Amino acid sequence: MNQETMSEKAINEKDKHWLLRQENIRKLWIGFIAVLVLTVVAGLFVHQHESFGIEDSFAFFAWYGFITCVGMVVFAKLLGIFLKRPEDYYDKVSEINEAHHD
Amino acid sequence: MTELFFPPGLLLVLGALLMPLGLKVRNLLIFGLPVLCLALVWSLPADYVFTLPFLGFELEPVKVTSTGRVFATIFCIMALVGGIFAYRQASTLELAAAFAYAGSAIGVTLSGDLITLFIFWEVMAIGSTLVIWAAKHDGAYRASIRYLLIHLLGGLFLMAGIAGHVIDTGSIRFEALQLDSIAQYLILAGFLVNAGAPPFSAWIADAYPEASPSGSVFLSAFTTKTAVFTLIIAFPGTWILIPIGIFMIFYGIIYALLENDMRRILAYSIVNQVGFMVTGIGIGTEMALNGATAHAFAHIIYKALLLMSAGAVLYRTGKRRCTELGGLFQSMPWTTLLGTIGALAISSFPFTSGFVTKSMIAQSAADQHLMMVWFALAAASAGVFLHAGIKFPWFVFFQKDSGMRPPEAPGNMIVAMTVFALLCVGLGVFPQPLYDILPYTVSYEPYTAAHLVAQFQLLLFAGLAFFVLLPMMKRTLTISLDFDWFYRKLFPASSAIVEKILIVLQSNSIEGAKALLQGSKDLTKFKVLSRFHLADSWPTGSMVLWIGVILGGYLLMDIYL
Repeated sequence: MNQETMSEKAINEKDKHWLLRQENIRKLWIGFIAVLVLTVVAGLFVHQHESFGIEDSFAFFAWYGFITCVGMVVFAKLLGIFLKRPEDYYDKVSEINEAHHD
Repeated sequence: MTELFFPPGLLLVLGALLMPLGLKVRNLLIFGLPVLCLALVWSLPADYVFTLPFLGFELEPVKVTSTGRVFATIFCIMALVGGIFAYRQASTLELAAAFAYAGSAIGVTLSGDLITLFIFWEVMAIGSTLVIWAAKHDGAYRASIRYLLIHLLGGLFLMAGIAGHVIDTGSIRFEALQLDSIAQYLILAGFLVNAGAPPFSAWIADAYPEASPSGSVFLSAFTTKTAVFTLIIAFPGTWILIPIGIFMIFYGIIYALLENDMRRILAYSIVNQVGFMVTGIGIGTEMALNGATAHAFAHIIYKALLLMSAGAVLYRTGKRRCTELGGLFQSMPWTTLLGTIGALAISSFPFTSGFVTKSMIAQSAADQHLMMVWFALAAASAGVFLHAGIKFPWFVFFQKDSGMRPPEAPGNMIVAMTVFALLCVGLGVFPQPLYDILPYTVSYEPYTAAHLVAQFQLLLFAGLAFFVLLPMMKRTLTISLDFDWFYRKLFPASSAIVEKILIVLQSNSIEGAKALLQGSKDLTKFKVLSRFHLADSWPTGSMVLWIGVILGGYLLMDIYL
């Protein structure tokens, strides 16, 4: 039973588009992290000159981009608690109104 | 000279009226008119003005300004490529409405006075409403009515403002205005409603995604960017626009992050992108205004490209929710590739159009030592990549496999997307032709090592944040509340309550009034006073008679005393 699902999984893995296979996803991650490191290293060799001071500190745009994005996602998530409604939220009103007018 | 008698934009508006004459005529008009209009715009000499006396005013139905010409140019290109995208699938109503809409937007960009501007402004509202209407489903119809109401409100602000401004100053010229009195504030409010500024931002995400696959492509281009144009001309350097713009930027990001509908994600990101332009107009330096103008130009192209790829997906699958999509890259590789180029361009990825335009706005903030603005813009650039640059292509074309294998988009759609994708990359690599037509001389070099490194770090680490936080990005079958809650929920609900109360009152009131009348009669009958004439109940006629006598008495007193 267990073996059967295992082999099924193996077949599925082969059927999948190459971009969706586990091994390739791992490779993509490794490549992505390599590029990230590269941009930080490249940052050591250039001088940012926006005249605020902080933008020339080590890997400023890297951590600033990451932190602000995490902040925005978390903020959106928190706001979602108050703002999210089911998709038919507005339709319900009009149904009631239509029923009312009938 | 005769062809200059009507504004170039009117070509498209009048051409739209001929479109129902037949399919061949229609297609000829779709391909011919934008080219003709573009040629006409560029054949007019710079600073050309055509005047027309009207009711004691000197109208300027055609006035060529360098800013206006940039917008007219991109509007013509948009009409043409949008036409290519749409002409095989869209209805004649939609295409005619879209061309009337595009033509009136061009009319705004070339109007030299506020009256001409207002007329084209209102034709735009009608044309765009018809574009939404052409989707012909119930949701679109209702959304189009809400859309129209907001734009009539904006038009009302604008008209009241123009009337007041003309009374204040005696001038109808469309030029830089001082915020001296309420009239100019009303004009500003009218422009801002169309720009999607708070509190009226919700109409964009409400109405645009209800249009047909091609309809939302047209809609994304004209209304908000015409508003950007009018703000550039009338209110450059108005500081209040900076906080408004920054708010729009983050509003767009946050709401797009919460959204599940793929075209609504892109609609929210219109507000976000227009926010960058509005911020630039608020900063108001030559570099900032150049940046806002160039960014509008680039934005129309990549936003249309993104909505075209979303439209192609909707056309082939009939699905619009991220939760139902995914894995489409396997059977729609071209749409995926071209849509992703649009996503990179909106994120200002180096070697795309966004990189060479948006950075001018950030640079001008740094030059003016607006530190908070600059930091906000940098965070927002990362946020754009998060909410549109990765989120859109990831959830639509990649993520989990939805199992759908729809055929590739139709040929004409692929052609339109290819043209715009080439423009995204072309402008990114060779920005000079765009820089050359901007209103002010450009002294800005986008491709410095520092700028490249900064942008790569910012965007790629934003990408890292996206994939690290992917579990938190899981889409839900929800919508998000916005300011439109007031007019979609509160007002209808409160009117329903008032209606109920009225119905209860109505059924009770007749009985109640009878009882009251009877009671008062009974009461007066037994009152001691009822013996006297004045305490009796009088017929209405005698009351009118006596009022007539009193008023007549006043008249006589007035004449003789």
